[in-house]
Amino acid sequence: MDNTIFGLTMLVVGMGGTLASLFFITLVICALTAFFPVRPGKEEEKK
Amino acid sequence: MSDAILAALGALFEGVRFLFTHGGPNVIMIAVACAMFWLAIAKGVEPLLLLPIAFGCLLVNLPLSEVMAQGGVLKTLYDFGIGNELFPLLIFVGIGSMTDFSPLLANPKLLLFGAAGQLGIFITLLLALALGFSKEEAVSVAAIGACDGPTVIFVSNMFAGMGKIPTAMVGALAVAAYSYMALVPVIQPPIMRLLTTRKERAVKMPSPKGKVSRAALIAFPIIVTAITGIIAPQGLPLMGMIMLGNFMKVSGVVPRLANASENEIANVATLFLGLAIGGTMAGPQFLTRETLMVFGLGLVAIIIDTVGGLLLGKIWYLLSGGKVNPLVGAAGISAYPMAARLVQNEGQRWNKHNYLLMHAMGANTGGQIGSVMAAAIMLSLLKGLGVI
Repeated sequence: MDNTIFGLTMLVVGMGGTLASLFFITLVICALTAFFPVRPGKEEEKK
Repeated sequence: MSDAILAALGALFEGVRFLFTHGGPNVIMIAVACAMFWLAIAKGVEPLLLLPIAFGCLLVNLPLSEVMAQGGVLKTLYDFGIGNELFPLLIFVGIGSMTDFSPLLANPKLLLFGAAGQLGIFITLLLALALGFSKEEAVSVAAIGACDGPTVIFVSNMFAGMGKIPTAMVGALAVAAYSYMALVPVIQPPIMRLLTTRKERAVKMPSPKGKVSRAALIAFPIIVTAITGIIAPQGLPLMGMIMLGNFMKVSGVVPRLANASENEIANVATLFLGLAIGGTMAGPQFLTRETLMVFGLGLVAIIIDTVGGLLLGKIWYLLSGGKVNPLVGAAGISAYPMAARLVQNEGQRWNKHNYLLMHAMGANTGGQIGSVMAAAIMLSLLKGLGVI
């Protein structure tokens, strides 16, 4: 494969894949924190 | 008798003779080792890694040294833990144990900064190809943009093992990666100021409140490992080991294993890895035009990483109506926790009441995941394209 095509493929698919993967993990974490929500800290509980 | 004494004395001074006849590159590399000693001891630049690397460099460059010959101590260490990529992975278990993903779980969107902070990897890959590096060399050089020493060593050594890149290049890449990680406090602030306005830098972000549930902290490493394994199986050893370390820590049931990973195992692996990498820095093989280009491209990679994170931060600032401080984007690299601290310092410099640390820590741990994910995806793409 030509180096330019290889580089551009890696840029588009690699960067795009990284973004898409992390976006997907972000969604999964959002779902996770919906099941196990962030609990108020001790100071907030006192209030 | 006198002939025997002369022959014996000649053997003793063989090293000196070598130094004066063929030792130019070795002398230069011994000077480089001394410079690394100075940086590690006097300036505190990544001493844990630079000190053993410099000592390995010194050992291999002393005249007629056989430490990297078959059976030599550094060659044995190299074959034992670098040749099969064991040491970088053991260090990753330790890094996982040391990392706290709570700020990221409290604000999951920060993970996207960890993706933007990998832009340098892919742009540098293009530049390296344009400069004439082979595909495997370009990928190895680009990995410096991961801002993560073990990732660089893992990727480059894989190619060295296949005979696709010279072994000496692994040393150059490792030293460049660790040097630039240490230089992040010098590299990032000018770019932060250049790309953001005073008003943007002064934006206050409220600190996340509350405590992340233990169940979420325990499920997180398992989920990330599973997703990486499905999307980019070639990078599973990297992500798997970092998440194993974190899993042991957050589970709370194996404190001895978590402590050992964080301390003894990581320390021993760091020492052996540093020495073995230093051993690849033999003058005649190391002092090449490519080594200089590796250092230049490494710097470019980290600059572009920072630019990528800041640009996403600026977009986010606009989309949120000025509620997100774009500086947080600069923490989306893997230099943990240095990049987060820099963002905190820079934010407070422009607004004394600004506490960006928790947001920056979230982006920074996102950068750790992002760098490993980018490397994993790159390796899987290479497999898919038939390069490896």
